Amino acid sequence: MRFLHRSFRRLLNFTTRRRTDERLREEMEWHIAALTEENILAGMTPRDAGRQARLKFGSVEAIRENYRAEEGLPSLETLVFDVRYAFRSLRKSPTFTIVALVTLALSIGANVVVFGVLNAVLLRPLPVSEPQNLYQLRHKQWMTGRLLTTSYPAFEDLQRRNTTFSGMAAINAYVHGDMDWRNAVMSASGDEVTSNYFDLLGVQPQAGQLFHPKDKLRPDAATYVVLSDQLWQNRFHGDRDIVGSAVEINKQPFTVIGITPAQFHGTEKFGFPDFWIPMKNEQWAEGADNLQGRRSALVTVIGRLKPGVTSQQATDELNTIEAQLAKEHPETDDGQPLRLIHPGLIGDEGDVIRGFLYSVTFLGLLVLVAACANLAMLFAARTADRSRELALRVALGSSRQRLMRQLLTEAMLVSLMGGAVGLVSAHLLLGVLNRSSSFAGTLTVSMDAQVYLAGVVLTMGSAFLFGMIPAWQASRNSPLQMMKGAPAGSRYLRRFALRDLLLGVQIAICTLLVMASFVAARGMARALHIPLGFQPRGAVLVNLDLSAEREKAVVQSALNIPGVTAAGSVNRTPMTGGLHGVPVFRPGTKDFKLNNSALAPYVFTMSPGYLSAAGTRLLSGRDVSWQDNTATPYMAIVNQTFAQKMWGETPAIGQHFLVSGHLTEVVGVAEDGKYHDIQETPQPVVYLPLLQGESDASVLVLRSKLAPNEIAAQLERSLNGGERNLPITVQRWDDTLATELFPARAATVALGILGLLAAALAVTGIFGMAAYNVSRRMKELGIRVALGARKIQVMSAAVGRPMMLLGVGSALGMLAGVFASRLLGQIVYRADPSDPAVVGCTILTMTLLGAAAIAIPARRALSVDTSKLMRQE
Amino acid sequence: MKQKKDVQQGTLALMLLKTLELLGPLHGYGIARRIEQISGALLSVNQGTLYPVLLRLENEGAISSDWGPSENNRRARFYRLTPAGQKLLNAEKRDWEQTAAIIARFFEVKAEDLA
Repeated sequence: MRFLHRSFRRLLNFTTRRRTDERLREEMEWHIAALTEENILAGMTPRDAGRQARLKFGSVEAIRENYRAEEGLPSLETLVFDVRYAFRSLRKSPTFTIVALVTLALSIGANVVVFGVLNAVLLRPLPVSEPQNLYQLRHKQWMTGRLLTTSYPAFEDLQRRNTTFSGMAAINAYVHGDMDWRNAVMSASGDEVTSNYFDLLGVQPQAGQLFHPKDKLRPDAATYVVLSDQLWQNRFHGDRDIVGSAVEINKQPFTVIGITPAQFHGTEKFGFPDFWIPMKNEQWAEGADNLQGRRSALVTVIGRLKPGVTSQQATDELNTIEAQLAKEHPETDDGQPLRLIHPGLIGDEGDVIRGFLYSVTFLGLLVLVAACANLAMLFAARTADRSRELALRVALGSSRQRLMRQLLTEAMLVSLMGGAVGLVSAHLLLGVLNRSSSFAGTLTVSMDAQVYLAGVVLTMGSAFLFGMIPAWQASRNSPLQMMKGAPAGSRYLRRFALRDLLLGVQIAICTLLVMASFVAARGMARALHIPLGFQPRGAVLVNLDLSAEREKAVVQSALNIPGVTAAGSVNRTPMTGGLHGVPVFRPGTKDFKLNNSALAPYVFTMSPGYLSAAGTRLLSGRDVSWQDNTATPYMAIVNQTFAQKMWGETPAIGQHFLVSGHLTEVVGVAEDGKYHDIQETPQPVVYLPLLQGESDASVLVLRSKLAPNEIAAQLERSLNGGERNLPITVQRWDDTLATELFPARAATVALGILGLLAAALAVTGIFGMAAYNVSRRMKELGIRVALGARKIQVMSAAVGRPMMLLGVGSALGMLAGVFASRLLGQIVYRADPSDPAVVGCTILTMTLLGAAAIAIPARRALSVDTSKLMRQE
Repeated sequence: MKQKKDVQQGTLALMLLKTLELLGPLHGYGIARRIEQISGALLSVNQGTLYPVLLRLENEGAISSDWGPSENNRRARFYRLTPAGQKLLNAEKRDWEQTAAIIARFFEVKAEDLA
């Protein structure tokens, strides 16, 4: 309380600059006068009396000093002086200040952006109640990209039999469809979820209501749909009257019953659903009831653990249930062990994403460290240049601490300004990234308190890092040495050792980062050239939902469009997700247990002509034809991997296998490709003729040189008379695959930017050091030239040290790069830093950077004018 | 002759408060004289050092000050104890007495007392 009172008074005095100097002077004068009077009364001479009085009173100056210190806030006052002084001295060297500011702003900005993404993706919890005990069931075997794990009946069994979860819900996130509302059609994709989904997640509606298990759905009536806030705002303009009105999804009527809150986007952070429908409604949305089969894994299962239950206990119990199910349903359930993960990052992609983000964060921090080393060097050089000024101040009675504080204040000021600029630019950059649709799907990266805090911590930390070194250096020097100017020869080496080390570290880090960006670029190039097994370039995709009979007419009318060279349709194109293995058996198998299956290939259903339209080469045999139907013998085209796994070296044509209970003959072998994602190992694949397969074709693939809109117009004309008047959307196949390349592109962009920053740092670092060296040693160089040194000797004296550091630093950085291949492997798929192309490019880049940085100082050294120099000083 | 003692840190403020309690409002010179008088010339203190202490106590709200006429009718600054200062003095006094009592017991104790 007293302390507060006192601090408040002092602060008040400080801010109002109130001075009670006059009062103290008057009091002291009176006091001394009174003492003198007392002494005179005691019998002293007036002169003695005055002297004794002043002696008794004590040093007026010291008392005044103490009094003033008590009056205001001396530490704050000196801080204000320091800041003012720092401003003035920074203004005196604008180049230095601007270089320092830009360096800091770039590296802090880059780190803030990286941390912002890390924060949004990894650190911020899902906006559901108690996200920490929400889990997702996964197969024990690690799978990329796949979300669907269980069949619906298996989910029901797990839900019924477990005792460790307080609730379990199933999601099928593959409901794409056209949503009609008052004759306006929009394409939307949503989640089909079990009715306890919202209760499990603890979501409350912002308008209307959500669906619950106790709602009784009448199978014949229009059923419910819940809209996301985003869809509601964008398409329904936030109109509250939409609640209760009817919409159609894929021609089936639904009643909008509610809107979810704005922050709720389902359980996945990438890819937000537009709407949710109760799962039992699949027959209306998709036109077929797929839920009853145990064969296909159609749902993702999430569950909330009961309080006090560990995830290990729950996993053990789930696996016991799985084993029981495998015994009860040997034909469909393989009893694969399960494990639990936290949902949000596309299943197991979470590990990849985590690895990627942490590694990029690490590299980003390395950039900041390099920047700090750079600034420490600049500051140290600057301090050395100012050594006379500093020496003068020490000689005039300034304390060492005071000097160090002054230097630190300068560093702090630069870093605060740089940090502020960095934060603002990070804010702008994140805004741009959020608006551009290509950035990580629907994820928004916002600057929240945590991100700002990280920015401030980084700023302060870096200020301390690069401010301490020159301050420490300055505090060690004796004023006498500093006054004498240029240090003596033996001290010369030692004085520069620290700066050399800083430059070496900086170059090593920069080399590592430059190398990392080349590794990423190389990975990107490789990803672009991976043989996909189809040629997306020059092909377009049209989504159509037609019966098999109409399909034939559509394909044939598409072939009649002039400019279309090939056409065919398929149930789904590769790399669009939702694939799962279908067990096939060797002929003669009686017991269709999963254990007896020969292979579990992906099965595509396609029309004749699909393979040539897709650009997949048929290696041997023939294509399927429109004559292959349920009345004719079953036949299939398989890919090389399938043929090789089933029959080895024996030609596959004419061989038989059992799929979906039909004895099927192989009539053709197609080339291998990528079916689920770019990184998969070769997978076996079976192509079934449209009329013999189980699913309808829904994507029309056309190979044509025409622009998509021309094709759309032509198709609309030839499909005239179709049952609905929908605009046909035609997309380039290339465009739809863009998301597949997102990881490679993100890695290239992220590492490219960090690499560029690092390169810029390396240039300024080497340039700064070389230029400083040359300017400090101008006189010495002049003497050397005057004494007849050759150009090469002058050069080596002037810039030899930075060049040597460049060599050593680069070598160390590249060595580190090779050893960091595991780190880089987290970022770039199959990173190989020892790739000769990468090593070559890195060496070339560092050499060019070094040459560019050294050129100007070297020129200055060579053009030294002896006579002019000698006359100076 | 006994060496004059320097003032221990913080005790000057206490003496000052006690003097003000005893004698009511006083100016700096008066306080200094009274302290010297009470301490019986055992204490050596530059009288000027009172002023920073007075300012601190004033900032803390323990005393307040005002101009007033002195004995010889000159303007002087008079300091008086505030209620907060009175409370502070009481608390400090208790503390001192406690400390003194404890220390005294340590000085009086003999080895056989602890057997």
